[in-house]
Order: sequence, then structure tokens, then C-alpha cells
Amino acid sequence: MTKKLTCIICPIGCNIELEYTNDTITNIKGNSCKRGEQYAISECTNPVRTITTSVFVDAGNVLPVKTDKPVPKEMIFDCMKVINAKTVSLPIEIGSVIIEDIKGTGANLVSTKNMR
Amino acid sequence: MKSIDLVIIGGGPAGMSAAISAYKSGTRDILVLERDASLGGILQQCIHNGFGLHKFEEELTGPEYSWKYEKQILEFKIPYKLNTMVTEVTKDKIITAVNEQDGIFQIKAKAIILAMGCRERPKGALNISGTRPAGIYSAGTAQKYVNIKGYMPGKSVVILGSGDIGLIMARRMTLEGADVKAVCELMPYSSGLARNIEQCLSDFNIPLKLSHTVVEIHGKQRLTGVTIAKVEENRIPILETKEYISCDTLLLSVGLIPENELTKFAGIELDNITGGAVVDQSRETSVDGIFACGNALHVHDLVDYVSEEAEIAGKSAVEYINNVEIRDINIDIKTDGKISYTVPQKITSIKETDIYFRVSGVYKNIKINLKDSESCIISRIKQKVVPAEMETIRLTVDDIRKIKGKTITLELED
Amino acid sequence: MYDIVVIGAGVIGAMIARGLSKYDLSVCILDMESDVAMGATRANSAIIHAGYDAKEGSLKARLNVRGSEIMPQVAKELGVRYINNGSIVIGFNDDDAKEIKNLYQRGISNGVRNLSILNKDELRKLEPNISKTAICALYAPTGAIICPYELTVAAVGNAMDNGSDLKLNFKVERIERCEDVYEISSAKETVKAKYVINAAGLYSDEIAKMVGDTSFNIHPRKGEYLLLDKECGGLVSHTIFRTPTEMGKGILISPTVDGNLLLGPTSVDLEDKSDVSTTFEGVGKIISEAKADVENIPFNKVITSFSGLRATGDTGDFIINLFKGSFINVAGIESPGLTAAPAIAEYVVELLGKTEINLKKKAKFNPHRKPTRFFKELSIDEKNIIIRQNSKYGKIICRCEGVSEGEILDSIHTNPKATNVDAVKRRTRSGMGRCQGGFCSSHILDILARELSMPVEDITKSGGVSNIIIGKTKGGEQL
Repeated sequence: MTKKLTCIICPIGCNIELEYTNDTITNIKGNSCKRGEQYAISECTNPVRTITTSVFVDAGNVLPVKTDKPVPKEMIFDCMKVINAKTVSLPIEIGSVIIEDIKGTGANLVSTKNMR
Repeated sequence: MKSIDLVIIGGGPAGMSAAISAYKSGTRDILVLERDASLGGILQQCIHNGFGLHKFEEELTGPEYSWKYEKQILEFKIPYKLNTMVTEVTKDKIITAVNEQDGIFQIKAKAIILAMGCRERPKGALNISGTRPAGIYSAGTAQKYVNIKGYMPGKSVVILGSGDIGLIMARRMTLEGADVKAVCELMPYSSGLARNIEQCLSDFNIPLKLSHTVVEIHGKQRLTGVTIAKVEENRIPILETKEYISCDTLLLSVGLIPENELTKFAGIELDNITGGAVVDQSRETSVDGIFACGNALHVHDLVDYVSEEAEIAGKSAVEYINNVEIRDINIDIKTDGKISYTVPQKITSIKETDIYFRVSGVYKNIKINLKDSESCIISRIKQKVVPAEMETIRLTVDDIRKIKGKTITLELED
Repeated sequence: MYDIVVIGAGVIGAMIARGLSKYDLSVCILDMESDVAMGATRANSAIIHAGYDAKEGSLKARLNVRGSEIMPQVAKELGVRYINNGSIVIGFNDDDAKEIKNLYQRGISNGVRNLSILNKDELRKLEPNISKTAICALYAPTGAIICPYELTVAAVGNAMDNGSDLKLNFKVERIERCEDVYEISSAKETVKAKYVINAAGLYSDEIAKMVGDTSFNIHPRKGEYLLLDKECGGLVSHTIFRTPTEMGKGILISPTVDGNLLLGPTSVDLEDKSDVSTTFEGVGKIISEAKADVENIPFNKVITSFSGLRATGDTGDFIINLFKGSFINVAGIESPGLTAAPAIAEYVVELLGKTEINLKKKAKFNPHRKPTRFFKELSIDEKNIIIRQNSKYGKIICRCEGVSEGEILDSIHTNPKATNVDAVKRRTRSGMGRCQGGFCSSHILDILARELSMPVEDITKSGGVSNIIIGKTKGGEQL
């Protein structure tokens, strides 16, 4: 059996073709790098996504944030619920942890900007 | 009137990179003029990933990429003014600007770098039939509302245009709880990155309707829906395929236009196709000592290339200020119909030059040829080229020395 | 209780109210919309017609010519732009040439000054971009251009400065007569007045019926327009008309006072008084007619299209009359309505003279209003003096039109005050430039919310439910 997918790891977006029998992957082709191969495997077994979003600041605006590791795709909206409930206070430094280990995913939500 | 060696108009990724490159090339008397309340330009609202893979080998969000440059501006103490709008630039390099503290002021510069970025094509230019209700935004304006202000433009959305901005906003609005009903694309192919179709549309089961456009807008005060239709090859809507989609928000991602009002009024030669200035490999415009880079020069796909281009402009501006510019030839670069444009459009110095270009359609298995009047100087084979991805071809010093005559042509051959 | 209520704050109601505010009378202007100038005034050709077009002896002709004569003075007093660019009617064949002669005669008979007929060479000299197939033209140097809503805002503002009241969002639902007082009611409020001026545009027939006058009907006639970028504004310097045929007047091509190029209008009779949608056919018609008249129009430089509805009466002329000694109809004011507006105001005072009202002139009437564009006309040094006093004039919000926060604040705090984004746009031009609000709209939203002490989600584009934002992000609750 074959499965086709577009790699999202970098802007090239290689068209990767996976061949598998039952639950075992037998061949991966079309990727330009190792990360693409890893993406293809994880996409079949446990698809994950990095979330980039914003979080409320008590000053009234929003702070851009991201998960420092990708989280399981099916948990995106659960994670968003937790993120949306949070309000942070300034000042915030780029890279600082806003929420630790969101929903047990092992990923932290970190700030992507300095804000004061 | 104050005199400053180098004035850079725009403090986004292009302006910052040019400033830092100028600083590293030895100039200290620099001033960056930025109209927004902080540096970073459009990167401030591009809170998604995908920046810096080429330049820093890291996947960064817009603000993180911007910080790499802002940090250096601060470290090097490069002077900049925020909330400052440049209203005029003249051929004599006199800049008029205004802000609350200084009022209206003028500066005489030795060199100027134009880094104003670009604006979005507005809805008015589309002439979509129907009413003029609230609820219609350009995708970038909606992105600003959501990512900078924390305002939600609407809750049920149709997006026209499958360029990256449209795709990114499809995902962003969905994450914030909106129902994105469809992304319509006039052409039979999307102009966005394949990865964005995957992670912004497929991930959320948002339908991509290729060869479709919005033909009518409904709603008296606030949008209540749009009528979409399939289009034929000549992009004329097929009225029998009309379909009504109820929605309260229409986002338009229908093209970017380099911001060149200042350039135009300065009498600098503009390229009709790019919308930006005509430049040589140093990114110098038709006025000596005025340079252009970034999206104001031509719309880029990746900010990484904006930064690289701006480095050239910064370095070149310093050469100009120090009177060490070398201008030893004068070659015009022409294109055939399959190539929309090249940047630079001229070569004025015998040194290694990268020519960036965009093709006008999707072409497979083609040869890219650079010819002068007598022979083919360079020939490269490419499997696939698309309008959405800028390509480059490198001319070495030897290649340039081979050129006979004053014109070279870049063309595609099957 | 007011002496007079004027129903309708379009250019007609505005000029009437301003004219009335010269007298010792209490005046209240009512309008159903969230701002003035939102009916036909918002979307028309912006032309001050010379007056050769209207039928001899008609009210249209008389008030057109008078309006054309006094408009420069009115514009000066109100501080609005008025450009005497002249009008040209072009002809392509013998039938056109004949009609042009008729228009010439009619113009003379109506009292239009300085009309002349041009031959092909004279025409080409005046306007090099006119189609090479045009063979003759009527030249009316008294034709001019103006901004109709700039005029209306200024007239209402001047009326208010001289004591008039303005009530917006006041949709008249019924009018009752109690002894010799009119009780004019919206769903929420009632206003009383001894006299009523009905300048309600498209709805003036419905207003008239409320007091028992069923003598006329108004139906909407849609006109669509295309507006081109300022870089096209110099393609022609006069307002170019084509010779009218039985099919109608056809479109015009004109520079605007802002330097844009305006093409239009079409002419389509409708029933729906609220249908201001633009159509595919309309745009197509404008393009094909414009191409025939002027060469090299860069249609890729269109920045927007819009449409307006003329209030077309069923009598063929303006419907201005006194009903039951206390109710004045000013209805069916289609072209040349804008031109005639100040003359209509004079005529209304004449009609009031026939009633029992006491028309005593005010001791202190100030005809002058500070120009809306006062800041733009100053020198750099003068501007800097103002910026030093109020730094907000140094903060540019609309990059394309160069509008500062100071000017935006003026529009929100000067009568008639702007309360939504389109109202700010109408007064300052912010959002009307090249990027059509791409850069400035979020700033204007915030400024309005701050100045009006309203939550951002309550700020509208143009009143009613045209909210721009639905709430904050992350609100599962708000969605």
C-alpha cells in the first residue's frame, strides 16, 4: 500500500511517498532530507504539529507564543483551550515559558517576543 | 537641515538588515525611520513558523526572526525613530518626515535605502459586484487585528486567494474558533507553499476551491454571504456554477504591491512589472546614492532572501558614501514572455551577481538560458518552475566578461 | 419644540438648514442614518452643472443656474474645495452636432454664461486625450467640481454652529398634527415643530404621505461609478459629457477635487430603495462608454466602484411646494440637485415667506466655517506651530492621504461629529487612498473606541449592525 503526503517541515514541501504492508513501513521516497523521512514516519504513527498562536496580556493586547515542541495533532484544540484561558503580565522575555507541559504533551508554551 | 550619512526608510526586516550591514561595513552615521510603534515591520504580525530556515537553519516565527535583527540594532546602538512617517524623498536626497516629538523635519542624506515594504491589493480593485458591508478585510489587516490587537474580525469566514497569507489566516482564524468555510483561488493552482496547503487547510478539512472566485457580495450593513463561481481558462466566471456561501467575513489575499509612492515622487525609475525601482546588482536605483531592497523592490517569498538582499544594499550604500563604488560596465537584462521579471534589471559592475527572477506560469522540464546577442552564456535545466517561487541564476565574473553588447536576455526553453 | 424641522441631512437638507440658521428660528435636522450625507449625496457625480441641460422654464433650470452662480461664494464661506474646471459635451456625428446646438440655445435661454461651440481642433487643443472620432463640442466654462459630502458636512456643521440641532439615527415613522404643531416620531423619540421641510430624498414621498400629501411618487434610479487612482486624474482637466440621446445622458468622465478620475454614472430604474449594490453589467457599461469618449483610460488603475440612488420623481421636475401652509416638500431632487442646493435653500426661504412664520434675520449669523482641510493647506512652519501645541497633528494615521491623528480627532469632536469609521473617512479622507484602509483602519477603530468611550466591538463601519470586530479573540464565549 502507498500513502502520499506533503512534508511540512520546511518551505520546500517535498511530496513524500510511503510504502507500507500491514502496519510496517517498507519504503519512504521523495524526501530531500532526513527530517522529511522522520516527518513521514511520525505522520503515519503519531502526527504532531507546532502550535503558533497568541495569549492574552493583562495590559489588554496579545503576546505571540508557540509550543517549543510539536504536540499531537488531535490535541490541538484541547491545547488551545488551555492557552486561551491564560492571561500573562508584562514584562515578558522572548523564550520564557508561559505554560509548562501543556496538557501532558511534554511541550511548553513559550513567548516568541519581548514585551514590556 | 540635519545631515546624515545614511537614512533608511523602513525598520522592517529589510531596513534592519540593511542598517546592520551598513554598520558592519563601517558607517556609523545611520538613521532608520519607521512609521510603526516598533521595529520589525510585517514580521510583528507573522506569528507563525517558517522563517529563518535558510538564513539561520532554525525554524523561527516572524517575531523571533525579527528579534535576531532588533537585537543587533540595539547592541550596535544604531539610531532609529519610531512612529515617524516619511512623506517625501527628493532626487537630491532630502527626506521630509513627521512625528509627534519632532513635528515635520527634513534631513539631507548622503545615501538613502528605500525599504518601505509592500501593501495588499485592496478589495476596491477587484470590482466584485454587490454591496459594501462591514466584514470584508484584506488578509493582512485581519492578521493585524487578530495577532497584534487580539480582535476577532468575524466567526464564519470565506477566503479569496490561496497565497500564503490567505492560507495562514485560514488556520489562524480556525484556531481562534472561527468556521472557515472555503478558500477560493482564481487560478487552477495555488500560489501558496504546498506545506501551507497541508498544515493550514488539509489539517482542518477546509476546502480549497481552485478556479473559483467570488462574484457577488451580500449583506446591507454586515456581510451575510458571498456567491462564488467556477471560472473558465480565461478567468471569466461560469454563471451556471454559482454557489452561495453564508458567512460574516470575507478575507482577501489577492496580491501584494510594493509600496513606492515615495520612490515615484522622487522621480526614480520604476519597473512596471515588479512595481519597484529599477536597480543594478548593488540595488542602486536610477538615482545615484538611492538604493532599494526588500518587498519595496519586489515581493519576496521568504524573508531570508529579503535579509540577504538588504545586506547588499547596505554594503553598497556604504561604498557609495565612501566614494569607492565601481561601475565599470552597463548591461541591461531583458526577459522573454515566460519570465515576468528579473531583479536586478541592470549589471553595472564586473563582479559575481545573482539574478533573481520569477516565471509567469507553471513550466516543467525547461532550460533557463541567459544569452547575449551572439551566444548563450549560461544554461540550466529545471524540473519545475512556478510563479510563486522566486528562482536565481548566478553570473560569475567570467560569465560577465564573456558578454558581448549591452543587453542580455533571460529566457525559458522547452 | 422647534420652529422648523428639516427631515434629511443630505446636501439639500444641509443647505436648507444652513440657510434657515441665518434667521431667528430654532431648527432641528433629522436623518435616519448614522451620519449626514449617506443618501444620494454620498454617491453622485460631484458636478456643479453649468445649466444648459435642464428644460427651459423648469425649476431645475432656474435653480441650476442660480446655484451655479452662488456656489463659489458658498464654498468659500464653508471652507470647502470648489474647482471651476469647466464642462465639455462632446459630439461624434451630425445628430450630436445638432443636439449640441440645441443645448447651446437652451443654455443661453436658461441664462448660462460664456457658452461656446468648439470644432474638432479647438476641442483637441483643450483636451488632447478626447477620442479622435469626436468632431465637435459644447464648452461650458462655468461647470465645476466639488465634493458633495465635504459640502454637506460643512453646511450641517455651520448650521449647528449657528444654533441648529442634529438628530441622527432618527427614522421618521409617523407624523401627527396636533393643532398647529407637527409631532414627528421615530420608534424611540418624538420631536415637535411648527413647520417641516421634507428633504428626505428617496423617502420623501413616504414622508409626504404621512401628512396626507399623495401628489407624488419617488422611485430609485441607480447610478454606478468607477473611481480611478490619482495618477489618472490628469487624463482630462474638464468634465467630459457625451451628447444626450433618447437613451439618456450617458456617463461622464471627470477629475475630482481630490485628483482622482471619476467615471459614471449608469442609469437603471429600480424598486428597492436600499439597493446600492454594484453590478457586473454596470461596470461593463461604464468601461465601454468611457473608452469611446476618452483614449488611454488605464482601467487597471481602478481603486473602487460604488453606486448611488437618485430620488427620481414622477413629475419630470423638482417637486418643491408648500403643502397646507406649513409643510414644504423638497423632493425628486435628482440632477442638477447638487448644483441647485444653495438655490433650493433660497427658494425654500421664499416659500416660507408665504407662510405665517416670522423670518427675522439673526443678529449674529456666522457664515464661515473653518475649512476641514485647514491643516493640509498650511506651510511646514505653520504646521509645526500647531504640532508643538498639539502633537497629535504630527502622528500620521492614514499614510496614503497623509491624515494625522489630530485631524481624525477633529472629525470626531467637531459638529457634525463622526461616530463611525465611514463618517471619519468622509470627513478626513482616511481610508480613501490607494490602500483603501489597509494601514489605517485598525488605528481609526482604536481612536474611535477611545474617544467615544466605547468597546471596540461596538464601533461600526457605518452605523446599524455594521460592526467591524465581533469581539476579542480567544472568546469561545463571544462566538
